[in-house]
Amino acid sequence: MVDILIIITKTQSRARKEIAHRYVCFKINDKVVVKQPNAYKLRTTNLYRVRSMIRVENLTKKFADMTAVDGVSFEVVAGEIFAFLGPNGAGKTTTIKMLTTLLAPTSGKLEIDNLDTTRNQHEVRKRFGIVFQDPSLDQELTAMENMEIHGALYNVPRKLRRERSELLFKTFELWEKKDAFVKTFSGGMRRRLEIARGLLHTPKILFLDEPTLGLDPQSRNQLWTQVKHLNQNEGVTVFLTTHYMDEAERVASRIAIIDHGKIVAIGTAQELKDKTQTSSLEEAFLALTGTALRDESVNPTQRMRDMSRLWRR
Amino acid sequence: MGAIYVLWLRELRRYTRSRVQIVASLGQPLLYLFVMGFGLGAVFQQAGHGSYFQFVAPGIIAMTVLFTSTFSGIALLWDRQFGFLKETLVAPVSRFRIMLGRTCGAATVAMLQGMLVAIICFIAGFRPVNMAMLPLAFIFLMLIALVFAAMGTTIGASLKDMQGFQMVMNFIVMPIYFLSGAMFPLDNLPTALAVATQLDPLSYGVDALRAMLIGQAHFNVARDVVVLLVVAFALICLGAWRFSKIEA
Repeated sequence: MVDILIIITKTQSRARKEIAHRYVCFKINDKVVVKQPNAYKLRTTNLYRVRSMIRVENLTKKFADMTAVDGVSFEVVAGEIFAFLGPNGAGKTTTIKMLTTLLAPTSGKLEIDNLDTTRNQHEVRKRFGIVFQDPSLDQELTAMENMEIHGALYNVPRKLRRERSELLFKTFELWEKKDAFVKTFSGGMRRRLEIARGLLHTPKILFLDEPTLGLDPQSRNQLWTQVKHLNQNEGVTVFLTTHYMDEAERVASRIAIIDHGKIVAIGTAQELKDKTQTSSLEEAFLALTGTALRDESVNPTQRMRDMSRLWRR
Repeated sequence: MGAIYVLWLRELRRYTRSRVQIVASLGQPLLYLFVMGFGLGAVFQQAGHGSYFQFVAPGIIAMTVLFTSTFSGIALLWDRQFGFLKETLVAPVSRFRIMLGRTCGAATVAMLQGMLVAIICFIAGFRPVNMAMLPLAFIFLMLIALVFAAMGTTIGASLKDMQGFQMVMNFIVMPIYFLSGAMFPLDNLPTALAVATQLDPLSYGVDALRAMLIGQAHFNVARDVVVLLVVAFALICLGAWRFSKIEA
């Protein structure tokens, strides 16, 4: 029996401002295992029994000719930043699509905030925000108009929508640009706008599918700083996929590595390194998934992705 | 603000802002209007049918509505994978409302485009026989737009990738246009062609428009209304069903 617990430690910073730090812990056979080294002196320690935000059991998705996700199980705790890593075609996006109700699982159990994603689709959808791998903003509209549509789709009352839009625009440094057309935005600004939009309806969980793909180091750095900030301030759980190991190590409390549709390892970055006896997460990743190149066959989606890029320019 | 309303508004905003596109999409109808309208005019007149320009203008207006509404429906295909549609598909809104918002938006845009062509026809010398019928003509324009926007949505939701676009264009959209009697009278056709024209929903739309604008009807207007309403309803149902099956 594994109980998931969370310890919130309160530390006093120099500015005498209280900051909460979260450490994910497990209670295994009445023994609490701290999953992150505690670098701060504890002032008060509160033990909370926390709810799981995502619970996946034996999740499987079969397409006509292949099994994309093969008996995957994991759990994500409320308030956690959870990274999902894997080579191309490992099943990351398929898993996210199932988690976000866009694809129905072939078999297995899938719960978001203790709600079954297929039976309570509507309720589940209210609880998450998502940033897709491919852009999903309306480029012909302004940033604010994109927010407005999102607010209407999620039934956010007008007044709240205004307040929250302002807060999010300011957090993501887009306030000055709120009335500019999205087509004039840089890649980094678009990503930030997508994240801001995804948070408009105050979701409990935010899915980020390769949010930093194609961004320069500055934009990536800024984006993760802001995501971490929101994670700490609003307590939003973050589930992300990325190809950049340094990012996963920097922001995620725990990391799952998926390959050929199966989870090969799960734990903190340190645990993965220890497990594979390597010194960096990149090496651990390669040790776990092998060095063979993954040449995905080009599917219609990829072909269209290429075409749409040409089309837009 | 409801979901249907914002999605409708979105289509409208996009349309009114894409000035270049509006002008560009006027090219084809104008070509048909002026080249066919004046080019075939002499032959038509000699055959004793009166002014071809008067005859063809309602057909060109219907054509504009057909193309604009079908295309904005098919644009769903792009939107589904690389655009805004995904945002709506994960929202806590039923698929039916999303489909309806989009379809109504596409239909409104097509209607506006059709009216633009109507105004150009008027400037070029087209004269409706009875101005009092204009509001009714407008309603028929709306019906035609709704039928083909729903058809576009159905197609857009059913296609897998852009490869199918040419097929749709050559085997659905163009035949609908050419068989509708937009460009020629439906009297005295060979039987096979006559049957084909009667199976084409646009035939009834063009017929109703012509009845309202120039007072000539091949079928009767009541029949036109019934056929258009039934087809619109059927296509919206079909579209909603196809739309509900989209797996992004």
